Amino acid sequence: MRVMIVDDSKTMRNIQRNVLTKLGYTELEEACDGQDALSKAGAFKPELILLDWNMPNMDGLAFLKTYRGQGHDTPIIMVTTESEKPRVVEAIKAGVNNYLVKPFTPDGLSGRIKETLEKMAAA
Amino acid sequence: MDTSYITAFIEATQIVFETMLSMPITFGRPEVAESIPTKYDISGIIGLSGDVVGAVVLSFPTETAGGVVAAFAGEPLSVKSDDFADAIGELANMISGSAKAKFPGRSVSISCPTVVIGKNHRIHQPSDSTCISIPCHSPCGEFAVEVCIRETDDAVGSHQAASETASAAG
Repeated sequence: MRVMIVDDSKTMRNIQRNVLTKLGYTELEEACDGQDALSKAGAFKPELILLDWNMPNMDGLAFLKTYRGQGHDTPIIMVTTESEKPRVVEAIKAGVNNYLVKPFTPDGLSGRIKETLEKMAAA
Repeated sequence: MDTSYITAFIEATQIVFETMLSMPITFGRPEVAESIPTKYDISGIIGLSGDVVGAVVLSFPTETAGGVVAAFAGEPLSVKSDDFADAIGELANMISGSAKAKFPGRSVSISCPTVVIGKNHRIHQPSDSTCISIPCHSPCGEFAVEVCIRETDDAVGSHQAASETASAAG
């Protein structure tokens, strides 16, 4: 499965990459903001996206709206410090499939990925 | 400053270090300061905007920062590397994001982090803000969370209106 990690922090991308590798995912692509993700998504064709919210140039919510606006239904998990209810609702309305609040444990991220993919498979 | 803001930053610091670094943190007595003290060499800075404006500074001596970054990144990093600053910035981001979610009835946005590395640097706080320094003790050494914030007029007005409504109803 092709997974794209979108986060402006390289440290955070590495932490997520390690979790994904342990889960057996080896086709990984990284992007440092929403613009970078849009430019790489065309060629990489992700089957799952882990998306930060607060990033320079284009934030996660703007990416989400643009990407969904292009007709992509790739499952997206928002991985962010934004945990207030209105923000979570805003992200869900914009088309995010699942939500994980930073800080998170490796088990927390693994669980959210499995849950999201199981939901998509059952749909 | 409302003490709930201080509690929010203490709880956020504790949960970020415990969850991401498996590192217990204890806290000293928070102190009011006239300006952001920045007595240490490395500062991760986050700006706040919305109902509360100001800055949050996660401030480390170099040696403590080295240990903390190694625990967070999973490997020792040179203080001169971009990755070192990235790790400090992400810690400041998570602490600020977790804390602002606990602000009572306030809508607040956070900026992307800025990291300053260098001895005797100074950070100027927003005007009319109150500064609190929270001493933190980790297995890697001492560090501090400096919080310099003020509520905007809109936030104060809406809070008073909510309190008056609650009082009248009660």
